[in-house]
Amino acid sequence: MKKILQLFWAFFKIGAFTFGGGYAMIPLIQGEIAENKKWITDEEILEIIAIAESTPGPIAINSATFVGYRVAGFFGAMFATLGVVLPSFIIILIVSFFLNQFKENKYVNYAFFGIRAGVLALIIKALVSMYKKAPKGIVPYIIMGVSFILAGIVKINVIIVIIISGVTGFVTYTLKRRKEQ
Amino acid sequence: MIFLELFLTFFKIGAFTFGGGYAMLPLIQEAVLQKNWLGLEEVINFIAVSESTPGPFAINMATYVGNVMGGVFGAFCATLGVVLPSFIIILSVAKCFDKFKNSYSVKGIMSGLKPAVVGLIGSAVLSIGKTALVTSAVYFSLAIFLVSLVMAFKKVHPIVIILITAVLGIIFGIAFGI
Repeated sequence: MKKILQLFWAFFKIGAFTFGGGYAMIPLIQGEIAENKKWITDEEILEIIAIAESTPGPIAINSATFVGYRVAGFFGAMFATLGVVLPSFIIILIVSFFLNQFKENKYVNYAFFGIRAGVLALIIKALVSMYKKAPKGIVPYIIMGVSFILAGIVKINVIIVIIISGVTGFVTYTLKRRKEQ
Repeated sequence: MIFLELFLTFFKIGAFTFGGGYAMLPLIQEAVLQKNWLGLEEVINFIAVSESTPGPFAINMATYVGNVMGGVFGAFCATLGVVLPSFIIILSVAKCFDKFKNSYSVKGIMSGLKPAVVGLIGSAVLSIGKTALVTSAVYFSLAIFLVSLVMAFKKVHPIVIILITAVLGIIFGIAFGI
């Protein structure tokens, strides 16, 4: 029981102090969960990153569930996840209230007018770093191009694009392995 | 029934996002725009809010959209929806993690998903670019965008970029009206 509450509190702190989400959370997990509490090893952190990358969903949730489960089973997973979600949930509810209050404010709208151009730059930066991490080669380039055209220009449902890409990856990987054998 | 719809929509988003963060953007954009829950401008505004508040983008977005559409309980349903797929999948995988990690089907599928995410974020850039730049003051938006792009690649912190662009927006708004 004590461990479960500690898990909740540790991940609550992690959720409350991570800006930008995802990978920004990894150093905090390392400090709090591995070095401080010694619940998991540094090597397991690498495992967590690997598992978070190859399963769907936000990295924060994947890591919290995984660490919680390793440390204290199902309820550990539940409370770690609850802990990491709760700060965002509370903060966004409060922020939404203010956003709504100032929706008609002229200056707030001016500010957002400028911010939208800035956000575009941030997303392009994210796009470039995703590209750097992605596999390179003819097949990956085709998948990039085709999914861009299907989602951005033909406007096919994104989930269908994801399924097609997953299947294509599986098939080409299988063919490549057969050839190598 | 808005609560069930919020839950199911965000459940689907949670189940089909790989790579976290902005990888979720194309799915959120599609779902939220199609259902007329938010306009694209509001989505982009909220991306800035999410960058400046703690917590993962996915949770922030789910809580926000849920709250707009169905109050606090709506926020709860949407957030539960986006969290649940990860939670279930990680619990089922945690027991046989080594097998899963080295599984050849997982490697194959991921080799297709990683480049797909790049293409999908590219498609989000396209539509967000149109909304952010094709405005009543095109040249001004373009100038702010270029300044931000340089700052982003010089590794200026996102919150600093958001603050600077907000100030520029206000100055321009006061000087010229938009």
